[in-house]
Amino acid sequence: MTDTPPSVVIEGLSKKFDGPDGKPFAAIDDITLSIRPGTLTAFVGPDGAGKTTLMRMMAGLLRPDTGTLRVLDTDLRTDPQSVQNRISYMPQRFGLYEDLSIQENLDLYADLHGVPLDVRKERFARLLAMTDLAGFTTRPAGKLSGGMKQKLGLACTLVRVPDLLLLDEPSVGVDPLSRRDLWQIIEQLIEEEGLSVIVSTAYMDEAERCDQVFVLNRGMKLAEGTPAELTKRAQGLTYVVTPDAGVPARDLQARLIDAPDLVVDAVPSGGQVRFIRRPDCDEAGFAQLLHDCAPEPREEELEDAFMLLLRQHDEAVQGSAITPLAAGTVAPPSNGNGNGPVILVRDLVRRFGDFTAVANTSFDVRRGEIFGLLGPNGAGKTTTFRMLCGLLPATSGELQVAGVNLRKARAAARARIGYVAQKFSLYSNISVYENLDFFGGAYGLRGSRRRDRVREIIRQFDLDPDAQSGNLPLGYKQRLAMAAGLLHEPEILFLDEPTSGIDPLARRAFWRTITSLSQSGVTIVVTTHFMEEAEYCDRIAIQDAGHLLALGTPREVRERSGLRAGHMNEAFIAIVEQARAAEREGQEAA
Amino acid sequence: MEAIIDTLAKIFSLCRKEVIALLKDPANRVILIGPALVQSLLFGYAATFDLKHVPYAVFDQSHSAASTEFLARLDGTGIFEREATLTTSQQIAPVIRDGRALMAVSFPADFASDLSAGREAKVQVIFDGRNSTTAGAAAGYVNTVIAAYNRERGAAAPVVVERRAWFNPNLDSRWQILPAMIATLSMLQTLLLAALSVAREREQGTFDQLLVTPLTPLQILVGKAVPSVLVGLTQSTIILMITRFWFHIPMEGSVWLLYLGLLGFTSASVGIGMSISALALNMQQAMLYTFFIILPLALLSGLITPVRNMPEVLQIATYANPLRFGVDLVRRIYLEGAGLGDIAHDFLPLLVVASVTMPLAAWLFRNRLA
Repeated sequence: MTDTPPSVVIEGLSKKFDGPDGKPFAAIDDITLSIRPGTLTAFVGPDGAGKTTLMRMMAGLLRPDTGTLRVLDTDLRTDPQSVQNRISYMPQRFGLYEDLSIQENLDLYADLHGVPLDVRKERFARLLAMTDLAGFTTRPAGKLSGGMKQKLGLACTLVRVPDLLLLDEPSVGVDPLSRRDLWQIIEQLIEEEGLSVIVSTAYMDEAERCDQVFVLNRGMKLAEGTPAELTKRAQGLTYVVTPDAGVPARDLQARLIDAPDLVVDAVPSGGQVRFIRRPDCDEAGFAQLLHDCAPEPREEELEDAFMLLLRQHDEAVQGSAITPLAAGTVAPPSNGNGNGPVILVRDLVRRFGDFTAVANTSFDVRRGEIFGLLGPNGAGKTTTFRMLCGLLPATSGELQVAGVNLRKARAAARARIGYVAQKFSLYSNISVYENLDFFGGAYGLRGSRRRDRVREIIRQFDLDPDAQSGNLPLGYKQRLAMAAGLLHEPEILFLDEPTSGIDPLARRAFWRTITSLSQSGVTIVVTTHFMEEAEYCDRIAIQDAGHLLALGTPREVRERSGLRAGHMNEAFIAIVEQARAAEREGQEAA
Repeated sequence: MEAIIDTLAKIFSLCRKEVIALLKDPANRVILIGPALVQSLLFGYAATFDLKHVPYAVFDQSHSAASTEFLARLDGTGIFEREATLTTSQQIAPVIRDGRALMAVSFPADFASDLSAGREAKVQVIFDGRNSTTAGAAAGYVNTVIAAYNRERGAAAPVVVERRAWFNPNLDSRWQILPAMIATLSMLQTLLLAALSVAREREQGTFDQLLVTPLTPLQILVGKAVPSVLVGLTQSTIILMITRFWFHIPMEGSVWLLYLGLLGFTSASVGIGMSISALALNMQQAMLYTFFIILPLALLSGLITPVRNMPEVLQIATYANPLRFGVDLVRRIYLEGAGLGDIAHDFLPLLVVASVTMPLAAWLFRNRLA
């Protein structure tokens, strides 16, 4: 190691913002750390941990309230410009000019950074080759997929070679394949150009690739170290358990996660349940919890350590994390009868102009199951979903939900479904009670029945009736949206990307609610781009570029991919790549 | 029966939600009352065609008792104020051009001698025609002064016009403008409010949530239109109060009939606003469309310029303009005391506009795709 000074030195750094309720809160709370030059460093943490605030401060875009912040051995307070001349920063949503082509965007950023003309040609060629965009240089940036936009953003950030590269959640909203490409580019740059890179991420598999990891939560630094050092914190606490035959893994998972005194975290995976034991857990209680299932120790992973740190910190700060709903608290719906498919889709097609968003898709959803629509952004999930809910007409094909096509059916048929949109879509400026009261009325509940139902659902979802809906924390907004969707006791609940943008703990609590709803007999259709969430579903459909690539139980889909073990993510990548390869072959043959 | 109660209960839920959402925001509460209050006071005081001060310049070559007496009469009106006394005819142009005087009165050297000889004496009055309205009004006043002057000198014209202005005895333009504002000002806001109502929900994603409920598009429409109509009527009431009790313009007609007329007018405006809202994909578009149509609506309403003076094509176009009939309706009920029979013909176009735009909006709710 040479004597080069650390690329970033932070001491006692704090930054306060005004919260939505007008009270100030600490986005960054007394953080001290230092980052070695020439390394790949990750900030990991749930949403609201302070990752973006920290990134923006290092880029000189936000002034710290207190503390010192030195980047590249320069004090940012006194001389932000000379730091900015030497770093490159890619914000979460990079400012591409959507009407300009790829080449024009690159030229523009090269002009802005004053890159000499003679250097450009070689640099552009290299960046375009790396990002695999060379074939599309004349295409407007607005017409690129999410993954391609992100790669172009990275290319524009790298038109010159910086001393330090800051990437703020570069892989958010990017499908697994593009995510893999993006990381290959970053690693290639470090290897070939000796770049120092700081990246913030919510994905543990990304943090695992880094030299140094800082875990943030609620504006505080919880831990730091190499991935291996951090992973050791969960040593001896991680297990995997196989449920009895005939018992879905998610039922066992639900039982485990309902015992926060014994278990830190549990997730279903490939028909088994992976879980983390509490270090101080009571042995007798633990044995009783698992009944006769024998847990087998498994190798700890970075994610286990992360969940452990997060859970411990949240408990220390606020007593306990968001309490999940207990099983059986949701009333069974006044369900129709029969065992036939409750949703029937045949040869569904949707085109927008000459773009086919959904191509020849067919599937059924059975009564009472959890059905997952999976795929990267732009795969056609949301389009399919909107057609199912009657919000969008199909170009062709047959579509039945609870026996009717919701787009053509009488309005009363819509009372049989509940809908939770991707974005919070209740009224932000009125209270929780007013929202529920309104939706109760819209679904035809009247008088004392409405009052009782609203009171009941507020209790079930543990909501504060007087809180202004727009000011709720994300996890509670999610709950309110679910509560509104369930007020009228629908047979089928549609959830569009319910877990995007909420932190891992809230996601566990959310899925716990879903599994308990499913136990009470509600059919659930859910879309997600988190592949591991497929494990909670009875059956899943994987879409890519409008085509249905795989359909079946998570186990069947995994087997189709040829990968028996491992994460769903890898199975997904394998399936998409096989499909794309088959398509290429088809084109070549034709 | 059960079905009707069910429908009404659902619509009522939506209306109540709209009103709560509207009133919850303190900024909104101010917007609902403030502009109507301020604008009607502003129009009452500022927007008047009556000339209160006319600065003028004199170029007197006659230097006679007669010209002095004539000028004294001008000054005696209290409206004309002498701004400059000129010594050469070259000075006239700059004084008008710079706007120091609205008109210049020029007496020829033989003014007094012609007058005493019983010949026709000429006075030249030059007006600043860049604003034809004020120039015309000033010319009218000058003529009145000259007519009185002639009469007293016994040179009375053979025909004397006795003016009697009905419904506005003093021809006060405030009487003409303020009652029209009861319709006009409230329309500006109801149009915008209605235009934003669905566009806001589309932009914030709440509209999908509304569409998946058992509410039919027509129920959504009614639930959203009723609060907008109520806001429009409230604003009209504020302006009505100011017109009647602050500016003391006497009201001749029936209050009930006035509100019946306003109900028809506001419904038509809300219908147009709703159609804009259903067509717009976001609030920015809705606002743009609204501002785009507001000026033509005001121009083609007969508020400032009579509809009869417009080219025939435009006259036909005014039939689609609720403001034309709203202004006519309010003025006639307020100033003239018109009865239901007198204004019935104003109702028909309003009802046609409302019954075309409202169902159009409801259809667009489901069929306008983002």
